Amino acid sequence: MDARRATTTVPRVRQVGFFTPNAPPAQPSRTHSFPLDSSSPPLSNSPVNNSLSPVMIPPSRHLSDNLVHRATSPLPVPEPSAFRRPIRSHYVAVVGSYNPTESLLGSSPPLASPSSRVIGDGEFSEESSAGWFRRSNSAKFASSFSGAFDLTSVKSSETGGFHQVKKPVVAQPKEEKSGAAAFVEPQINKVLSSSSSTKPLKEKTTKAERRALQEAQRAAKAAAKDMTVSVGVSTSKPVKHQPAQRKDAPPPASSIAVSDRKGVERSMEKERRKDIPAPRMQFDDKSRVEKAKKRAVVNQSEARNRVELFRHLPQYEHGTQLPDLESKFFQLDPMHPAVYKVGLQYLAGDISGGNARCIAMLQAFQEVIKDYSTPPEKSLTRDLTAKISSFVSFFTECRPLSMSMGNTIRFLKSRIAKLPLTFSESEAKASLCADIDRFINEKIVLADNVIIRHAVTKIMDGDVLLTYGSSCVVEMILLYAHELGKQFRVVIVDSRPKLKGQALLRRLVGKGLSCTYTHINAVSYIMHEVTRVFLGSSSVLSNGTVYSRVGTACVAMVAHAFHVPVLICCEAYKFHERVLLDSICSNELGDPDALSKVPGRMDINYLDDLTNKDNMQLLNLMYDATPSEYVSMIITDYGMIPPTSVPVIVREYGREYLWI
Amino acid sequence: MDFQVVVLAGGTSKNLLPLVSKEVPKALLPVANRPVLSYVLEQLELSNLKDLIVVVEGEDAAIHVGGWISNAYVDRLHVEVAAVHEEVGTAGALRAIAHHLTANDILVVSGDLVFDVPPGALAAAHRKHNAVVTTMLCPAPVSGPTESGSSGGKDKIKKPRRYNIIGLDPSKQFLLHIGTGAEVEKDIRIQKSILRAVGQMEIRADLMDAHLYAFKRSVLQEVLDEKDEFQSLKEDVLPYLVRSQLKSEVLFNGVPQTEENGNEKVSSQNNQAVVSRIMANASTPSFHELSSGYNGSTHVRRIHKCCAYIASESRYCQRLNSIQAFSDINRDVIGDASHLSGYSFSAHNNIIHPSAQLGTRTTVGPHCMLWEGSQMGDKCSVKRSVIGRHCRIGSNVKVVNSVVMNHVTIGDGCSIHGSVICSNAQLQERAVLKDCQVGAGFVVTAGSEHKGESLARK
Repeated sequence: MDARRATTTVPRVRQVGFFTPNAPPAQPSRTHSFPLDSSSPPLSNSPVNNSLSPVMIPPSRHLSDNLVHRATSPLPVPEPSAFRRPIRSHYVAVVGSYNPTESLLGSSPPLASPSSRVIGDGEFSEESSAGWFRRSNSAKFASSFSGAFDLTSVKSSETGGFHQVKKPVVAQPKEEKSGAAAFVEPQINKVLSSSSSTKPLKEKTTKAERRALQEAQRAAKAAAKDMTVSVGVSTSKPVKHQPAQRKDAPPPASSIAVSDRKGVERSMEKERRKDIPAPRMQFDDKSRVEKAKKRAVVNQSEARNRVELFRHLPQYEHGTQLPDLESKFFQLDPMHPAVYKVGLQYLAGDISGGNARCIAMLQAFQEVIKDYSTPPEKSLTRDLTAKISSFVSFFTECRPLSMSMGNTIRFLKSRIAKLPLTFSESEAKASLCADIDRFINEKIVLADNVIIRHAVTKIMDGDVLLTYGSSCVVEMILLYAHELGKQFRVVIVDSRPKLKGQALLRRLVGKGLSCTYTHINAVSYIMHEVTRVFLGSSSVLSNGTVYSRVGTACVAMVAHAFHVPVLICCEAYKFHERVLLDSICSNELGDPDALSKVPGRMDINYLDDLTNKDNMQLLNLMYDATPSEYVSMIITDYGMIPPTSVPVIVREYGREYLWI
Repeated sequence: MDFQVVVLAGGTSKNLLPLVSKEVPKALLPVANRPVLSYVLEQLELSNLKDLIVVVEGEDAAIHVGGWISNAYVDRLHVEVAAVHEEVGTAGALRAIAHHLTANDILVVSGDLVFDVPPGALAAAHRKHNAVVTTMLCPAPVSGPTESGSSGGKDKIKKPRRYNIIGLDPSKQFLLHIGTGAEVEKDIRIQKSILRAVGQMEIRADLMDAHLYAFKRSVLQEVLDEKDEFQSLKEDVLPYLVRSQLKSEVLFNGVPQTEENGNEKVSSQNNQAVVSRIMANASTPSFHELSSGYNGSTHVRRIHKCCAYIASESRYCQRLNSIQAFSDINRDVIGDASHLSGYSFSAHNNIIHPSAQLGTRTTVGPHCMLWEGSQMGDKCSVKRSVIGRHCRIGSNVKVVNSVVMNHVTIGDGCSIHGSVICSNAQLQERAVLKDCQVGAGFVVTAGSEHKGESLARK
């Protein structure tokens, strides 16, 4: 936002950072300039940037933090000594990336500070230009914060909408020169008139806090005295402040308020309990595993030689599961055929990829709902939820669910829970089916469209784009850019044993793109010529960690070392509030045999008779976690954001699809 | 799971003369003293498939089969017995009962199959690939007893080995070519287009089509309606579907698409396309999709998938479609595949009914069955044989590798090797039979020797 107050030359400077040396200078086409500048608000306040002249800006530069250590390190040269320097300077970069927030809000934790800033943005724009916004709160937020489109609006109409949004905003912040965080603090105070609640808190408490705030405003109508107390106290544990309440408030007013609050609190508690994810099954806990086995539909025998560090993850003998499940085809009476089919496909690996798995699951549930009829003396809400839960546990047995699927299931269950009681069964079923359709359309298809439109602005003529594995969004981006007539080259990095990249390569080559195919072993060689890295992801977590196909972290790190910007393309429904620091505690183990066997190579059979040796363990990890410092930008359906802004999206929009 | 089961029980098969007769149609031939049809029905019951349609050729046979089923399974299974004309073939039989078929997928089982492969596995493979037809392939049976002693005699009976020539894709999931036994001697004609699309075909002769199919109902009915000349599922319908899988002539491909469009009225066509593309890209493409995609997206090829489910070697699966198979199956059911028979074996690995009477110095070896009310004289020896109810066997009789059905009288000093003796037959003293079939009620005169003959009343 602060970027917009600067003269028009500033955004152009930043754009240059993304250009290749031989590319023509800024060609702002359509939505071009806005996503670009708005995606990097922290950058514009940093002193480094302010002093930067267009000449100094190097080609193919990292969006925000690389600019800082630009001065300290030269361009990476492919010799071992130079290879090191960027790595060392990367530590500088880590500090630098938090520069704007840390320098100004010294004490606040880096994770929370951007979120507090964003609160300010949202609230602030509401204050200053409420009349301009006809959209809902969320949409306005998106457009003012990151220049994202509204999901439903068409591209052409949006550019107009942007100007509308910006004008009032630009005028305001001129009075505060210091920077985003600094001007936000007083702003919040003004709006909320209570500094305690705006303190950057951890993700968990912000919800409670906001609720309390709402509630307080409601209570203010009844008793003015009540308000101050509740705001002060309710940020802590809600159980505690009831006696305090009774003391302070006058009897008639408080009794209403308290009873009101009691109800709210109870529901709050309930919701909070729901929010806490059920403790993950730890598969090194023998007794629990035994219990789970009794319940299980799929008869699984656990793999014998498991890597010690990953014993808590489920790992089964891959050969035995499928035939066993298949042979039970007719015995599983309560299982819906559609669910069964999808489960089989998960197990056999016929469907992979986050979006596809999610869509397949949703479509199976749609079939279930269509064929569902409430048994007598049961309510649809409860019975259907139980049914869905049993199907979900079946899916989990077939293959551990991805985090995005968890989000989706949460959405579906909340839709079922919130069905109006007045609905007849057919109405309820129709509305649920429509909800599922809408979820697929808005959260996946349209979200992908928006991501594509955003990402294409980052592809310039002459670019060399690197991608890893096969991500459907990245593929669509590349194809769309190709359709637009952009001249670029694609490097597809792949890895054994899945070799998903080959399918992508085939499709891209078929469409006439010029591609280079290589394996991840060669990524450090190929990275020299690469100007941008586009990666897909399975999930993005609150701390900005990108949870993705194993090998992604490696590619991102190499790209970071070579100062190549890493853009993660991920739909917002895949964001998760969990925080992940490593890829050990939450991961998935694939078929270990896939490592030892090379298809089509009979001569490579060194491991054939070793699989049951006690001193040999095979580890086929499916995912890894990329730390946020290697990620330049996350392209999502709410716009292009730095990884630090993920918690904001999770908080502000996490509930949104529960409300649709 | 939306599957309907059709059991094709057949009628009085010519291959099995003189074992079968009007009174004992093929489905009721005893295998270890149980009608062969019971093996199929019980396997289906194990898989929780309790609504069955049993199709029998010929009215008389249908009455017999229906009578037996209603006696044996009165409270366990819900069976409809349908009679069709003789000689209509398997396809014709299905055509005749087509109006009974309503489920999405049809499981067609031959009534003469003795197997322990869970039919669910086939159905699951069928559903997983959304195939139009899935067939079960099992390792071709090794004919004749395994031990060398008696195999010399077996080889002399030249039975056409009903092997199939089967082409599979490298993943062994799709069926690319199927040729039945009769065609094996001739050249194999393989379609270039399929070979080009797949790139690699594995041709196997050691697999047998077990005549257990899952069909998509819409396709099956369409094919049956349009191709009047099709007589047999195995020889006409299946090869036709396999042959035309890349240039499908059946219209069913349009049907699911329109259904889907109808379902998602909210979403525009465009979104639909995106979703389907995401799904297509994410799933491992079979050669069908690859080949159709390669020819350009403007011309969408109509394809359908023909899958194969290969039963593992450890499973038992055999068809009772020849006399050789009959004795093989009888031997296996009381021998190697004894779990199929459902009887509990004694410590000597044989079954002797408590009411059976044995003379002195009579031995009944392992893998034998002596059923209720049978009497044996002194100094008899029974090896690897099944003897039915109320047989009267004299002294000094040798029965090896044979099947003796019910109410058979065998005189003193007979020797029976590798033979089948049907009910009510009579063997007078010192008859020697080797590799013979004795029809029901036939009388073998005293002292006669027969080798490799089929003896029946004219």
